Amino acid sequence: MPRDPLPELCRHCGAPLAAGPKDGPVDGYCCRGCAAAHALIEQSGLGAFYRRLELKAGERALKPEPHDAAALTLNVRGEKDGWALDLMVDGLHCAACVWLIETLLSRQPEVTAGRVNFSTRRLALRWRGERERGPALVALIESLGFRLTPFDPKKLSAATDRTARELIRCLAVAGFAAGNVMLLSVSVWAGHDGGMGTATRDLLHWLSALIALPALLYAGRPFFRSAAGALRRGRTNMDVPISLGITLTAAMSLSETVRHGPYAYFDSALTLVFFLLIGRVLDHLARGKAREAAAHLLSLGVTGATRLKPDGTAETIPASALAAGDAIVVAPGEKVPADGDVIAGGSDLDGSLLTGESLPAAAAPGARIYAGQVNLSAPLTVRVSAVGDSTLLAEIVRLMEAAEGGRAFYRQLADRLTRHYAPLVHVLAAATFVYWLVQAGSDWQVALLRAVSVLIITCPCALGLAIPAAQVVAGGRLFRRGILLKSPTALERLAEVDMVVFDKTGTLTLGQPVLRADPAPDPAMLSLAAGLARSSRHPLSRALAAACPVAPVIAGVQEIPGCGLAVDGIRLGSRRWLGMSEDGSTDAELWLRTAGGRSEHFRFEESLRRDAAATVSGLRRSGYGVALLSGDRPSAVRRVAQDCGIETWQALATPVSKVARLEFWRRAGLKTLMVGDGLNDAPALAAASVSLSPASAADIAQVTADVVFQGDSLGSVTELLATARQTRAVIRQNLVLALVYNLTAVPLAMAGLVTPPLAAALMSSSSVLVVLNALRLRRQPKET
Amino acid sequence: MMGSLLLLIPFALALGAIGLAAFLWALKSGQFDDPDGAAGRILFDDIHPEEPRNV
Repeated sequence: MPRDPLPELCRHCGAPLAAGPKDGPVDGYCCRGCAAAHALIEQSGLGAFYRRLELKAGERALKPEPHDAAALTLNVRGEKDGWALDLMVDGLHCAACVWLIETLLSRQPEVTAGRVNFSTRRLALRWRGERERGPALVALIESLGFRLTPFDPKKLSAATDRTARELIRCLAVAGFAAGNVMLLSVSVWAGHDGGMGTATRDLLHWLSALIALPALLYAGRPFFRSAAGALRRGRTNMDVPISLGITLTAAMSLSETVRHGPYAYFDSALTLVFFLLIGRVLDHLARGKAREAAAHLLSLGVTGATRLKPDGTAETIPASALAAGDAIVVAPGEKVPADGDVIAGGSDLDGSLLTGESLPAAAAPGARIYAGQVNLSAPLTVRVSAVGDSTLLAEIVRLMEAAEGGRAFYRQLADRLTRHYAPLVHVLAAATFVYWLVQAGSDWQVALLRAVSVLIITCPCALGLAIPAAQVVAGGRLFRRGILLKSPTALERLAEVDMVVFDKTGTLTLGQPVLRADPAPDPAMLSLAAGLARSSRHPLSRALAAACPVAPVIAGVQEIPGCGLAVDGIRLGSRRWLGMSEDGSTDAELWLRTAGGRSEHFRFEESLRRDAAATVSGLRRSGYGVALLSGDRPSAVRRVAQDCGIETWQALATPVSKVARLEFWRRAGLKTLMVGDGLNDAPALAAASVSLSPASAADIAQVTADVVFQGDSLGSVTELLATARQTRAVIRQNLVLALVYNLTAVPLAMAGLVTPPLAAALMSSSSVLVVLNALRLRRQPKET
Repeated sequence: MMGSLLLLIPFALALGAIGLAAFLWALKSGQFDDPDGAAGRILFDDIHPEEPRNV
């Protein structure tokens, strides 16, 4: 790796370094953690990592931050030949990160297995020897800058995995059988014209039966089980007519085969099962993602806690072992493990993930703090008031799950349609049977044959393709633009949207406060303030430091929680602390006063995304309502709303009130698109009729959202809505096509005029037509 | 004609069944557990970590 004598970027994390005097603790690095990580990687001969690392725009290798490794290894399990630990890894960017972690672990003699699953972001660690080696191994990975979270693999997604696997196995079997039986059927159809002998036809039918019956029994289980369950409870669901159709068609075909009849319909039954299973698998995978999101969110709470024993000594225990009334200590940099009241100490707490507030809140004795907040500046002693399921964090998870359930509305709609469609089909088939038996005096076999061909011809093949074909093509077009559709039903819901609701922090804005350039602060004072700010992790301090990167760091700075920074009589902090008069403004601000009594005022604002205002006005022109819901202070929200031209806005919104607001709009008949990125938005994202997250969002928001977009541009919102409307138009055309086909074919089938080969030809031609129509979506929409 | 059918159909079915069996085996042995990671892992040939079983 070429060594730059004076690199402008940190050699490990790539953060820009201050030019000029060496203010970093170590040459070429932004902090000691990065220097140590780089040294560890180079010493292990893994320097290739930096060449292999592929970062997307805006991403960085993570800065190592001190962390309590002991708390992470609380749920180490004993296995027969050693110890096992499962962890979630944050900060995995590409295969190089996986390679780095795995190679480093494989160099440790006691490690028997260290395997990172890049898709699920999980690390499975196994080692021999002493249990106490665990913290050292975990610390090794953390020192590279990856953040680890423990989780319990037993609780997480075991049931989900099993169902998904069963569905995929059924799908494979159905696909294999459907393909082969279809081949045999094509030979039979061809034989009807070519004079195939009865013996050959019977042989092919028997072969088909031999493949189809076991395959139907196996692959149909998910439908049969669900149908039986519904019937036992005296209800009906869409699996009942499906099961009935499969069984009837199979039985009918078997009887035809036994009677040496000319037609068997094993292929229809199998293709039906195959297509239905594809839908089930996709649906299941999508919902599995949402469940995993909730589990990941809960794992935020699964950390260690330091409990104070009555004799004053401290012990580290799992957060789940805490009880209300316990006294705990929360060190700076740690996540608060449970809700509680501060009994001693004072600090600043970053609750941005929980509440969306961009500035940390001060915590003094008596203050209520919540699980999931991060302690920024000084140790706190806390009396626990709520643990586990009763914490605010758990409440957010519950809200999200409840809202996810509400989304099933669209499934219910599909179910209701099927409930009306299926009986109609059965009535038509039954009427056909009765007519041919009684009225026309045919054999019961012939009557049953006609009835079954009605059942087959109504098999919703084109109908089934009409929607997915259009969605797949539209999804591909959006994917090329960096917009990922995560929910299969997102497009149809997007097309109905008439109100777009934005979150502020991280969505309309880029999330970090920046120093306001107008009025420009005095350069000398700014340099002094930035020098002080460099030693603090408070977001405003970071903004100050970023505004003046050349400022030399000042040693010996003291951080006074809730107030500010002080050194040698110089103070940087809040207006109240410096004894300035109040002017009623609630802007984010800092004051600096020198030992000589000079003072300077710094104001901060959040920088908007580049095209935020243009996007909002574009949306309004297209007739969408636009609203802003934020957990931040009214003044900050008002400014952003004014800058973007949004008239409807609400500040100080909690996750609960955001959901309530969305509910209110829903009851008013509005369909909402929620665009948000924070953990506090997760319930709102799930509650809106459809949701969108930037790829920079907290993981949890991304997994909850139906759609994720990449890049800094909000133009994705407009593009997404336009595509959705266009897709809806194509879907409608497709449905009309399929319907016209059914309306003409069903009467013909009832009249006994359609032979199965003709039905198959009609079916495939309608399917091709539907797919071709969907392909039109690949073209760009006309500019509106 | 029947003779060739009796030979060819079982042959075709056997070929298909091999494919099905291979897929079911792959599913069972965890080949689809980490598609993203496997795609990248193949690029770096200097790593042979042991595979943990039953994870």
